[in-house]
Amino acid sequence: MSLTISASYKAGDFALDINLQTEAKRIGILGASGAGKSITLKLIAGILRPDEGRICIDDRALYDSERRIDLKPQKRRVGYLFQNYALFPAMTIAENIGIGMSCSGTEKAVIIADLIRQFKLEGLEKHYPRQLSGGQQQRVALARILASEPDVILLDEPFSALDIHLRDQMNRELLTTLEAFPGHVIMVSHSRDEIYRFSDEAVIIDQGRIIDRGPKKEVFAHPSCVRAAALTGCKNFSRVRRLDDHTFEATDWAVRIHTVQVLPEKLVFIGYRAHEFEPVWGERQENCIPFILSRRDELPFETNYYICPSGKETSPYSIAAWFAQRHQWAELEAKGLPDYLKIREEELLFFVT
Amino acid sequence: MNVQFADFLQKLDWSPLFISLKTGLAATVICFFLGILVAGWIMARRKGTRAVIDSLLTLPLVIPPTASGFFLLLLFSKRRPLGMFLYDYFDIKIVQSWAGCVIAAVVIAFPLMYRNARAAFEQVDIDLIYAGRTLGLSDWKIFWRVVFPAARPGIISGTVLTFARAMGEYGATSMLAGNIPGKTGTISQRIAMVIQNGDYLTAGFWVIVVMLIALVILMAINLFAGNTDKTAQRW
Repeated sequence: MSLTISASYKAGDFALDINLQTEAKRIGILGASGAGKSITLKLIAGILRPDEGRICIDDRALYDSERRIDLKPQKRRVGYLFQNYALFPAMTIAENIGIGMSCSGTEKAVIIADLIRQFKLEGLEKHYPRQLSGGQQQRVALARILASEPDVILLDEPFSALDIHLRDQMNRELLTTLEAFPGHVIMVSHSRDEIYRFSDEAVIIDQGRIIDRGPKKEVFAHPSCVRAAALTGCKNFSRVRRLDDHTFEATDWAVRIHTVQVLPEKLVFIGYRAHEFEPVWGERQENCIPFILSRRDELPFETNYYICPSGKETSPYSIAAWFAQRHQWAELEAKGLPDYLKIREEELLFFVT
Repeated sequence: MNVQFADFLQKLDWSPLFISLKTGLAATVICFFLGILVAGWIMARRKGTRAVIDSLLTLPLVIPPTASGFFLLLLFSKRRPLGMFLYDYFDIKIVQSWAGCVIAAVVIAFPLMYRNARAAFEQVDIDLIYAGRTLGLSDWKIFWRVVFPAARPGIISGTVLTFARAMGEYGATSMLAGNIPGKTGTISQRIAMVIQNGDYLTAGFWVIVVMLIALVILMAINLFAGNTDKTAQRW
């Protein structure tokens, strides 16, 4: 099983240039809105046509500008789950599920009944889409895709139209349902949690280009560039002046950091995740940042502190975020605001030119 | 008074009512299919082509009906190529005939059907069409099973308006089909004719008839094609 997508596409000011070849079965594409995620899926499905390139599932070419192959969407066997599910409003649930099936008669009826049961839609067969909740509609859309027996399934921001409390549940349901599906599944989302939970391989795209890709743990632990790190949720970045193999100055935070490991030769930026700071009271230790609190937001399970490193109060780039988790609350309550935030060397993200 | 009115009704020539209804129905059936097909066809054209053809098709809605009638007369007159051809080979006479009534009504009412159908199609969520394609449905099936049902409210109101306009047509009809009692004499032409003779009673009677028909039609639109969402109240 392999998937090859190599496509360039231009529309007005936006240019997309994607190159991806992968054996992974669950592929998550992470990107901000407007990065070209949906366009990528539409190119694969044949809804949009690339200016040039090649899109193949195994050896089957869906599109190849050199060989002049451009299969119609009808012939691609690519299932597409739309953000708003795109159920046909004038058809019942059973008709929606059955519309894309190639078999007919009793065989068709049996498969539809199976899918209705599998997707917990019993009793809703004769209902119309508008009578269903968002979660139910998504299940119908997925059943309809599976009934059409695609080789690849594309999920376009599958949870964006759902209430927040439903997202987790649907996310788990989707993973369970798709477990049995043998082909590739590509999900695009702007949510790093959804991508992390879903994918084997994570692909990060920005402004129409792939800026990082690999096994998801790898990508999230060692993003290749500042932009990729930001999209995986890293909040804090600083420019760096490398002083020697074990010391650098984080210029935006006005501190010197010593490391045990040897620093990369061309280090220019560092990143640090907001929940990895360690609060320190009293004596200043190594790799500590003195700070002034600029804002504090309370969330149910974490408290977000936005701080200005001392000496950088006037620089607008120097706000840093520290997300204190619930287990730290008791200590914070007892001792008050910490005097320093300590950087743990092993959590530093290094970026070279 | 009652005796007088009964006498009036008895002596009245009812033919305009039937001619108008017949013309309206025939023109509506033709416009219905033609309007939907043209709307579907034009949406697949390029922007430039679309602008030109759309303008030409909408023209009869904005120019005086007598101007449309002028062009129709040029086209179908027995002394012109098309009119000559139809008469010589098929023995079909358009000018001064009921067929002329229908053609005039079709040309004038067609933009209403076509524009309503097109607007209704364009409001259909495009993802429905994409979804149909990725599910392997032919474009024909997508059109009739997905797009058409979703566009139904707009198409119904277009059809009803088309019927109303076709029934009331006057300008183009009078030029192409003339006002031959019992043959091409529609209600609107009859009103104009009797007024010229100072017969306000007959004119008033037919005015009331057309108003009643129009009222029924407009209420039908409001009842069937109205917004079904009871919670939506914009003003």
